[in-house]
Amino acid sequence: MADLKVALVGNPNTGKSTLFNLLTGLNQKIGNFPGITVDKKTGYSKLPTGKTAEIIDLPGTYSLYPKSKDESIVFQVLADESNASHPDMIVLVADSTNLRRNLLLFSQVADLGIPMLLVLNMADMAKKEGINIDTNKLAERLGVQVVNISARKGEGLSELKQAIAQTTTIATQTTSISAKDLAPTAVDAVKQKIGTDNDYYALQVLHQHEHLAFFSEKEQEEIEAIEIGNGFDTVKLQGEETVARYKHLSKVLTDVVTDTGAEKKFTLTDKLDSILTHKVWGFIIFIFILFFIFNAIFSWSSMPMDLIEGSFATLTEWGHEYLPAGVLTDLLLDGVVAGLGGIVIFIPQIAILFALISILEDTGYMARVTFMMDKIMRKFGLSGKSVVPMIGGIACAVPSIMSARNIESWKDRIITIMVTPLVSCSARLPVYTLLISLVVPDEKVLGFFSLQGLTLMAMYLISIIAAVLVALVFKFIIKAKERSYFIMELPVYRMPRWKNVLYTMYEKSKTFVIEAGKVIIAISIILWVMSTYGPSSRFEAIDKKYDTIEATSTDTVQLASLERDRSAEKLENSYAGIIGKTIEPVIKPLGYDWKIGIALITSFAAREAFVGTMATIYSVEGVDDENGELRLRDKIAAAKDPETGLPIFTFAAAFSLMLFYAFAMQCMSTVAIVYRETKSWKWPVIQLVYMTVMAYVAALIAYQFLK
Amino acid sequence: MTLSELNPGQKGTIVSFTDPEMAVKLMEMGCLPGEVVEVERCAPLGDPIAIRVAGYQLCLRKTEAAVIIIQ
Repeated sequence: MADLKVALVGNPNTGKSTLFNLLTGLNQKIGNFPGITVDKKTGYSKLPTGKTAEIIDLPGTYSLYPKSKDESIVFQVLADESNASHPDMIVLVADSTNLRRNLLLFSQVADLGIPMLLVLNMADMAKKEGINIDTNKLAERLGVQVVNISARKGEGLSELKQAIAQTTTIATQTTSISAKDLAPTAVDAVKQKIGTDNDYYALQVLHQHEHLAFFSEKEQEEIEAIEIGNGFDTVKLQGEETVARYKHLSKVLTDVVTDTGAEKKFTLTDKLDSILTHKVWGFIIFIFILFFIFNAIFSWSSMPMDLIEGSFATLTEWGHEYLPAGVLTDLLLDGVVAGLGGIVIFIPQIAILFALISILEDTGYMARVTFMMDKIMRKFGLSGKSVVPMIGGIACAVPSIMSARNIESWKDRIITIMVTPLVSCSARLPVYTLLISLVVPDEKVLGFFSLQGLTLMAMYLISIIAAVLVALVFKFIIKAKERSYFIMELPVYRMPRWKNVLYTMYEKSKTFVIEAGKVIIAISIILWVMSTYGPSSRFEAIDKKYDTIEATSTDTVQLASLERDRSAEKLENSYAGIIGKTIEPVIKPLGYDWKIGIALITSFAAREAFVGTMATIYSVEGVDDENGELRLRDKIAAAKDPETGLPIFTFAAAFSLMLFYAFAMQCMSTVAIVYRETKSWKWPVIQLVYMTVMAYVAALIAYQFLK
Repeated sequence: MTLSELNPGQKGTIVSFTDPEMAVKLMEMGCLPGEVVEVERCAPLGDPIAIRVAGYQLCLRKTEAAVIIIQ
């Protein structure tokens, strides 16, 4: 247990997260703020006094008046004294190169009367830019300890820990503005109503009470009545307060900050910007970087992924050999271990994607991409910031949806989350390649382009076009809760902090395994049970039939083939098979039979199950040789409709199936992550329904036109 | 005139804002009356724009720049 709770508060881009990582190391976890549905990052740090401090990283914000849902957390946590996350003290992290703007937030937070200290980060950079800060004078005027650090270099950390330990339990900061002068009668009335003696807290409550869940409905109404009764104009008063604060800060900073080298700053950033956001070069470089990311996701991950796949196969094999045979072993190996393998296999791609994205963010390039793409994306109801998750969607929707968190506007963020799973992810790749190799001839177009490769590229293009068009539809359906802003800082270019990159990789992979893992394992177990068991009368009949045939045979090859027939017939009569048969009339118009129906059902949890299921179902005739996949392809190609005798996998059926897989939401991990990110079942359900309908309609049209 | 009318390289001093709600957000980001702003560049498609204000670079959409009255 911690002796002291410390909250980190500060503007974005001040190095707050770097400081958090420095203070806590890997000793951090992500949870929820009690009563508030946004992630909370906490960790522990040992102080020089031997005490332990719990460090809470609050979202970066420029003001206590929030622009986004993330930002509104800051005041919610600081306001609620009964909240388990309410800090005993605040460490306000400020960027030394832009002190005045950073101190605006300091002065707001200071007026809440919670003990605090000020950290001046990037002191070394400020010095390089010719900015000198008289720390002692600043500390004296603000009434709090001021500590210089360089989070990037890890300097000043022990001084900071010492200062945290020395902070008194009673707030010492000097008062800045008089909150009471802004709205005297309303502030007095609220102070009495909620029983506080802090004027500024009362003023904030008047502004933001609708965000504060700890007030009862009756209290909310009473505060609302005070607002109306006193003609409380929230926008006007926020403006007056901000002006008053800056006036006060000008006095505080007189003779504290001296700036000598104004002209020499930003030259490197300017030069880079003139290339990286250039009309032509800007886009070419961006496309090149995208290409590099895709390539890295596929090529760098192939070895670790093979390794993981191999280890899980060995583990399963080993388990079947050494564990006592039985239902429990089967459940453990074919249900749990198989399900677990399905999650763990994606870790390399997720880690690589997040490492690259965090490098792009850390260097300041991502802000420029957002800047370049905003105008295009806005036409489709998205924001410049939607580019990042949509690019990531080509690898995997799960981490990409997590990365949509930094989109300020609620509407832009929801639309981004809703369309990202449409972008063809890496799990669709095996489905596409199998089906394309079945029906598209291996020929060259214009003697150069492979026809199969072009078809694959077309599938990716179709998926991106679909995502953008669906976004456009949502733009008109979803009502905006708040105004969309695009007032964003363009940070100076910097070298990435490799430690932060590593932490991001670790943290995202961990979150993915734990959060998505829970759901995947549960679904895998259910699927295993459903495809292993069936009505006992049917299974007994099958067993009896094969037992009799096998008893008369001695040929080992024939016996193995019979065993395969037995399991194929069992699958047909299992609960999954029965469901496949039941849905056959529904999927018939799409060109699918009941076997594909089973694959559709097993793909419900994870679309990558398609190839495996097809392999099981079609393992009817012959014995697999080394060319297992080729065999599978031949078998599928040879599959015929028992009634008409025509092949099932025609060009029309295969294309219809590809479109179905392109659009359908066949990924429990995505459903789980959308639930986690939106904190409601409404959005994942809408997503599941619209994607399924879209998949069905697209497949239906394709099949009916092409057949 | 408003900030959205400036071309890259041109400077102006902020006088006031036409939208009080946006004014609060802009002031919080350091765009105060009396501050000198310089349009640094436009995005490749002409919108948003990047400006230099209060010692750092800020980007905003043209509709947002249009609420800033400058001299």
